[in-house]
Amino acid sequence: MILFSLFSVLMLVCAALAVTRRNPVNAAMLLVLSLFCMAGLFVLARAWFLAAAQVLVYAGAIMVLFLFVIMLLDVKEEARRRFSWVAVGGTLLAGSLLLAALAVVIREGRLARVPADAVEGATAAVGRRLFSASLLPFEIASVLLLVATVGVVVLMRAARPSSS
Amino acid sequence: MESVGLNHWLVVSAMLFGIGVAGVILRRNALVVFMSLEIMLNAANLALVAFARHGGGLDGQVFVFFVITVAAAEVAVGLAILVALFRLRGTVRVSEIAALKL
Repeated sequence: MILFSLFSVLMLVCAALAVTRRNPVNAAMLLVLSLFCMAGLFVLARAWFLAAAQVLVYAGAIMVLFLFVIMLLDVKEEARRRFSWVAVGGTLLAGSLLLAALAVVIREGRLARVPADAVEGATAAVGRRLFSASLLPFEIASVLLLVATVGVVVLMRAARPSSS
Repeated sequence: MESVGLNHWLVVSAMLFGIGVAGVILRRNALVVFMSLEIMLNAANLALVAFARHGGGLDGQVFVFFVITVAAAEVAVGLAILVALFRLRGTVRVSEIAALKL
């Protein structure tokens, strides 16, 4: 419970700060911290493989990609922004709708009675499931990654005018 | 010691999702909007892991694995589009990139 609260609060605070910082590099760093906290939450949920994947893929690869692009674009600090009240209203509306849905779910209360130790997220079990029941999605995901790679190369070539 | 129930996980996930929504709607920098999108994806991942922990079997975790995979591909393509857009327009502010706006 203590660890859960610690990780949750730290994750939420870091995410909120990341969203509100005006310097994109600060935002990216705070987001990395937030993702680490989420990996800790995954460990608490006994999803060890996912915790490792979270740190490697998200906090490692994806955020490095973000930092590279920030460096590449040389993004300056954002000017102090005027709030568009339509946007603020939309945010409040979306948030309150989400909270209302959550309140309904919690008041129903059937979800919370499921025993917590029903599943062990060991890496071997996840791997077995990955390569037996969901083999086809796994292969499709690999093709998707290939398509993304080729797509990025094509995009970068097309963006460069009259190079060759 | 009070144990952590599924509701706690869902509340944390919903709050994280709300932070992501606020970032997407309120921020002007397309890069930060993109980071907020990642926050929302992670909130969904957290909910999936919580459901898997509380009696959903391993399917939730396998699903999160695929979400992470697709997110990696999405980030690569999205950032490539952003870089191309920056070369074309010289800005990443979403208010100035309105070519598709009606």
